[in-house]
Amino acid sequence: MSSIPGIVAVNTFREAVRDRVLYNLIFFALLMIAAAVLVGGISIGIERDVIVNLGLTAISLFGIIMAIFIGVGLVYKEIEKRTLYSLLAKPVQRWQFLVGKFGGLLLTLVVNTLLMTVGLAIALFYVAHKFESSDATILIAIYFVLLELALITALALFFSCFSSPMLSTLYTLGIYVAGVFAPDIRDIGLFTDNPAIKTVAKCIYYVLPNFHNFNIIAAAAHKEAIPHALIWQNTAYAILYSTVALLAASAVFSGRDLK
Amino acid sequence: MGTPAIEIEGLTKDYAVGFWRKKMRRSLDHLSLQVNQGEAFGFLGPNGAGKTTTLKLLMGLIFPTSGSARIQGRSIADIGMHRQIGYMPEQPYFYDYLTARELLDYFARVFGFNRAEREARIQKFLDRVGLTASSDVQLRKFSKGMLQRVGIAQAILHDPQVVFLDEPMSGLDPIGRREVRDIILELKNQGKTIFFSTHILSDAEMLCDRVSVLVGGRLQGVGAPRDIVSMDVQGMEILFEAGAAMSLPAEITGKATHTGDRYRIEVPEADLYVALEKLKNSQARILSVAPLRPSLEDYFLKLVARQKAAAPAPETVSTGVAS
Repeated sequence: MSSIPGIVAVNTFREAVRDRVLYNLIFFALLMIAAAVLVGGISIGIERDVIVNLGLTAISLFGIIMAIFIGVGLVYKEIEKRTLYSLLAKPVQRWQFLVGKFGGLLLTLVVNTLLMTVGLAIALFYVAHKFESSDATILIAIYFVLLELALITALALFFSCFSSPMLSTLYTLGIYVAGVFAPDIRDIGLFTDNPAIKTVAKCIYYVLPNFHNFNIIAAAAHKEAIPHALIWQNTAYAILYSTVALLAASAVFSGRDLK
Repeated sequence: MGTPAIEIEGLTKDYAVGFWRKKMRRSLDHLSLQVNQGEAFGFLGPNGAGKTTTLKLLMGLIFPTSGSARIQGRSIADIGMHRQIGYMPEQPYFYDYLTARELLDYFARVFGFNRAEREARIQKFLDRVGLTASSDVQLRKFSKGMLQRVGIAQAILHDPQVVFLDEPMSGLDPIGRREVRDIILELKNQGKTIFFSTHILSDAEMLCDRVSVLVGGRLQGVGAPRDIVSMDVQGMEILFEAGAAMSLPAEITGKATHTGDRYRIEVPEADLYVALEKLKNSQARILSVAPLRPSLEDYFLKLVARQKAAAPAPETVSTGVAS
C-alpha cells in the first residue's frame, strides 16, 4: 500500500498490534474452549447450535467493543498527543489521514475477526466432528458482522473528529443500540394515528443506521438459508452509510483548528 | 531578488473562548513579514506571544481569521507546497510504539521514496542527528532531547527548501544544543531557508541573519540582530589586571567589580581615554577594551516591558492559548 491512506492504515494496524489489542483473542479462545467442553457434556443434539450462537455473538461483541473503544480515540488521541502535527505538515490531506485511520482499524478488526472465526471453526469441529455445506451461513453471518463493524467504525471516527472519547463512545453506542431497534422505531408509527409521530418515526428509521438487518446469528445457528438479495443489500448499505459518515467526518475535520 | 521564501500578510488569528464561545481572544494580530531565500530567520518572543500560533497557521494546522501567507510563492492552503517544507513542532511527540527508524520510514513513505532511497535517507539522517545507536529502540524509551533530534530528522528527511523549527533548542543539554546549532548552520550553508522560533536569544544572535520579535501577538521589530542591538550605545567595558600593591584611583575602584586581581569597569565612551590614561599611570595591565552593546536579550526584555506597560487595544487581547 503506497497511497497515503494505505500508509496511515498500515501504521494504525501496527499501533493496534503493538498496543496488544489482539490480546482479546486469548479471551475468545478461552471462551470457545470452555463452551466446547461444557456443551459436549450437557447438551444433547444442540451442541452445534449453542457453539455457533455463542461464537458468533462473541465475535460480534468483541468486534463492536473494539470498533467503538478504539474508533473514538483514533483522531482524538492523535490531536491530544500532537502526533498528527508532523504528519499534516507533510503533503497529506486531512481526508487521507481519516480514510487511513478508518482503513487501519478496519484491517485490525478483519484480522481479529478472521482469527476468531478460526477459533469458532475449531470449536465447531470439536463438538460436531464434521463441517457441513450449510455451515457456509456462518461465514455469511461473519461477513455481516464485518459490515456492521465498518459502519460502527465510521460512526466512531466521525464523532471522534469533534468530541471527546467519552462523548463519542456514548454517541456511537447510543446510535448502535437505536440502530439495532430501528424496525421497532418504525413500527411506533403503526400504533398511532398522529401523522406527525408517524413521520418522525419514519424519518428516524431512515436516518438511523439499520443494524437489525446485519444480525443473522440465529439463522446461522439454525442453518437457515440467507437470501442473496440480503447479502447485496447489506453490502451496499454498509458501503453507502460508511462513505457518508466518512465524508461528514472529513468535512468536519478539514475545517477544524488543531489545538 | 526572487520570490521570498516566506511571505506573510496581515495574518490574524482569533480564538473563541468561554463556555458559549462568544468571546474572541486574539492570538496573532495582523502579522506581516517576509523571509528571503536562504535566510536563517529567528522568531523571538516570550511564552504566549503567538510564535507557535504563527507556525501552526503556516503549516495549515489551524486556519487564519484573516490574512494570507505564501511559502515558496505558493499559498499555505496549497497541499503541494508541503513537499518543499519541513516542520518540527514544539516539544515533538511521536508514535511511541515505533522505533526512530520506523518513524522515519513512515514519513519517508509519505513522500513516495522507494525502498532503497528511504533506507539511504534514514541512515543518513539518523547519523546526522546522532541516533544511529538508538535507531531500533521504541520512541517511548527516548529522552526529550532524543525526541527533539528525531523531530529534526523527520523535518529534513525529504530535503525541503524551507525548514520550520519550533523551539528547536528547548530541552536539550549543551552538547545537544551545539549539535542542533551545527545542523541549522549546515542547512543554511546548503542554501535552505530556516525559520525558527526560540526564546534562547544567544542562539538567535549566533545563527540568524535576521530576527523578528513578537509580543502579545504583535510584531515589534524585524532586523539583523546587529542592527537591533546597535540601536542604543551603552559605553565601553575595560578589563584589566592590577596587583594588590598598586594604588588605583578611587574613581576607578569605586565603579569596578573584581575577582581576585582581575577588574572590570564600564565607562561612557567619551571618558574612555581618560580612564585608560589613569590605568596606565597606575601601571594596571589592560586585558581588553570592548564596546558595551545591549544584547538581543536586553532589547527583547525592553520590548516586553514596554508592551506590558501599554494597555492592549480593545479588540486585541494577548492569549495563552499557544505561544
